[in-house]
Amino acid sequence: MSVGRFINCAAIKAAYVSAFRQTFHGAAISAVRYKSTTPQSEDQLGMKIIGGPRSFINKLEFLEPKLEDAIPIYRVYDTEGKILDGTQDPKLSEDVLHQMYHSMIMLNTMDEVMYSAQRQGRISFYMTNYGEEASHIGSAAALDKRDLVFGQYREAGVLVWRGFTLDEFMDQCYANVNDPAAGKQMPVHYGSRDLNFVTISSPLATQMPQASGAAYALKRTHPGLCVICYFGEGAASEGDAHAAFNFAATLDAPCLFFCRNNGYAISTPAHEQYRGDGIAARGSGYGMITIRIDGNDVLAVYNATKKARQIAIEESRPVLIEAMTYRVGHHSTSDDSTAYRAKEEIEEWTSGDNPINRFKFYLINERQCWDEERDKALAAECKKQVLKAFTAAEKRKKPSPSLLFTDVYDDLPPNLVKQRQEMVDHLGKYSKHYPLDDHEPV
Amino acid sequence: MATHNLNRIVTGLAKKNLPTCLLKRTSINSFVVTKRHATHFKFYPDPPPIDCGPTEKMNLFQSLTSAMDISLSSDPTTLVFGEDVAFGGVFRCTVDLKEKYGQDRVFNTPLCEQGIAGFAIGAAVAGSTVVAEMQFADYIFPAFDQIVNEAAKYRYRSGGLFECGKLTIRSPCGVVGHGGLYHSQTPEAHFAHAAGLKIVIPRSPIQAKGLLLACVRDDNPCLFFEPKILYRAAEEDVPVGDYTLPLGKAEVVRLGHDVTMIGYGTQVHVLKEVAEMAHDELGISCEVIDLVTITPWDEEAVCKSAAKTGRVIVSHESSLTGGFAAEIASTIQKECFLNLEAPVERVCGYDTPFPHILEPYFIPDKWRCFEAVKNVTNY
Repeated sequence: MSVGRFINCAAIKAAYVSAFRQTFHGAAISAVRYKSTTPQSEDQLGMKIIGGPRSFINKLEFLEPKLEDAIPIYRVYDTEGKILDGTQDPKLSEDVLHQMYHSMIMLNTMDEVMYSAQRQGRISFYMTNYGEEASHIGSAAALDKRDLVFGQYREAGVLVWRGFTLDEFMDQCYANVNDPAAGKQMPVHYGSRDLNFVTISSPLATQMPQASGAAYALKRTHPGLCVICYFGEGAASEGDAHAAFNFAATLDAPCLFFCRNNGYAISTPAHEQYRGDGIAARGSGYGMITIRIDGNDVLAVYNATKKARQIAIEESRPVLIEAMTYRVGHHSTSDDSTAYRAKEEIEEWTSGDNPINRFKFYLINERQCWDEERDKALAAECKKQVLKAFTAAEKRKKPSPSLLFTDVYDDLPPNLVKQRQEMVDHLGKYSKHYPLDDHEPV
Repeated sequence: MATHNLNRIVTGLAKKNLPTCLLKRTSINSFVVTKRHATHFKFYPDPPPIDCGPTEKMNLFQSLTSAMDISLSSDPTTLVFGEDVAFGGVFRCTVDLKEKYGQDRVFNTPLCEQGIAGFAIGAAVAGSTVVAEMQFADYIFPAFDQIVNEAAKYRYRSGGLFECGKLTIRSPCGVVGHGGLYHSQTPEAHFAHAAGLKIVIPRSPIQAKGLLLACVRDDNPCLFFEPKILYRAAEEDVPVGDYTLPLGKAEVVRLGHDVTMIGYGTQVHVLKEVAEMAHDELGISCEVIDLVTITPWDEEAVCKSAAKTGRVIVSHESSLTGGFAAEIASTIQKECFLNLEAPVERVCGYDTPFPHILEPYFIPDKWRCFEAVKNVTNY
């Protein structure tokens, strides 16, 4: 059977390909996905290769990765918010632009307050999103609110965009009675069924093959929706990342893989994380459509995500987006990043490539829909709202200790009924040694 | 057979690189015909359950195909996938399912257990019923993180906002006669430690079909380990229709009053034979219990029997230290301390990896279990 023999007759070729698809799914897909720009004559094609036809070459030539071949970074406006190519400006409405900017400022303000809260011992732990606001908001705004989100831990802006309230953020961080997970997880492990944001878990990259599977399931039950999976360039080194890409590609899952390449995995800089051209270069190895973008450019993120979503859904395939950005803050409140990077480097990015400022300049200069006065007012209003939610969250009680045993299974098996009783009996005798006053009753 | 004929046959076979393993050379001119060791157990079929309708003779793999067929036909979200499941599976457990339900529902995955587990969890979280296969339980370990850190904890950590209860992972396990280190393991003890999972090990085709359907429909992530040695060797009259068997409930498969013997999977048949030997040769009446569900396990049924007999043997193929018998023994000694007439005996694989040619010496066979009956009654 030869692709070349039928190449002149489109109808026969189409029938051939579709018949081929039934019996040799993998080979046909790779034959179809890898479009050639020059016609291959029959005797030059490696016809029988199970993975798909390939041509032969008589020169001993190795492929060598070269800097010149590195994938360029797509951006819409420069570091001063000036549009570079007018055709790329999506010309979003003022309402949408304001909502985007408002979300970025709210996120930033919440981060400042909660980071301080941890330093003051009010919450146990926190992770900021400094420097990545554009990646969160730009991508979230390009999705449908029903698209399922799998995150890593540094995507709070996606929740802000979708409407997760300040109360909900704080209740989770304070691990109080209003947290639907009854304070079972460390701070910033948010989740929301209503907002289609899968609860965060600490192990890195585990969400990635799950996103592939969820996309596969959603394709069958909710055509027209996709899944987005956020992960860092560090998590991309995990085996689960490889598994996710390969499964999504081979099984035609409409999943967007959004890599936040922020330069650091705790103290490990990206050049110690990989030797190749970042994460984007891996995409074609899996047969995935790929793009590298400026993660600090809201409009670039928006445009790329929107297009990627369309491709993923219409063509039923995964798309890889690598957003180049910079982690301005420390990894978490347990980290002091000045131990492994120069203060000057942080300064350079904060002043020279600041996602919030770049977007602000775009709004003020390119769209004339913002000004410094409104900016000050917004900052003050956000601070006020954040502090109000913060004060309320701090006052709420912690969950009842009995909730320790719920949700292990869908109901309580006999061993947990017994163990819960043991705990209750123990607390009855030793209550003064436990901070029971902070909790709802046992 | 005349020696010179055997010589010619062996030389001929050897010249063509064909196996001469059945013919063992004892001296330069003579041979002895040897056989590979026969199975270590006798399969005890059960009568079909009453009120489950018409039955058909099925072996273990056929009963599993039947269960998956029923799930695929009754639940439009059901997906069955894993390595090589599309053509029918390396153990023929998924024969004809792709042809019947289509490639989008019954399909091959790339060779990656962590991917199979992660993908399966995600599909379940998104609302699909998932039956994922790990080709051998020995290869489940790359998926350990996804199963223990993710699947088991999904509901707990999200307060029930998200869960993967629709997930069932099934995998062939256990002694098979020639499996060696990597085709013989049953990893129940490793996973038993992860709260949030259910682990089930069937002893027969009738049990397997009902239990697999129960796992598929249970709202918790389930691991279903299938003793591979029973795939063809175990045949019963299995109901063709839809039925489930309860999870978390042990079954007394033989009533007795002197000694309680607890096991699961293939080992239940070993224990049943030991019970017959004990009756015939020692006049001892043994009660045999199939644990069925490893977690959460049926403490009540086990302790009731232990309290009755006062003498207990727990037996599994997996190694002794940290094995699940330790959990059962520990609970029995706590709950039934004053009823015990002897310490709880454990007859298990030794604390070594699973050997190939030395398998007969490693496994808790009927002779070691028989000896344990003597120990526990002569204490």
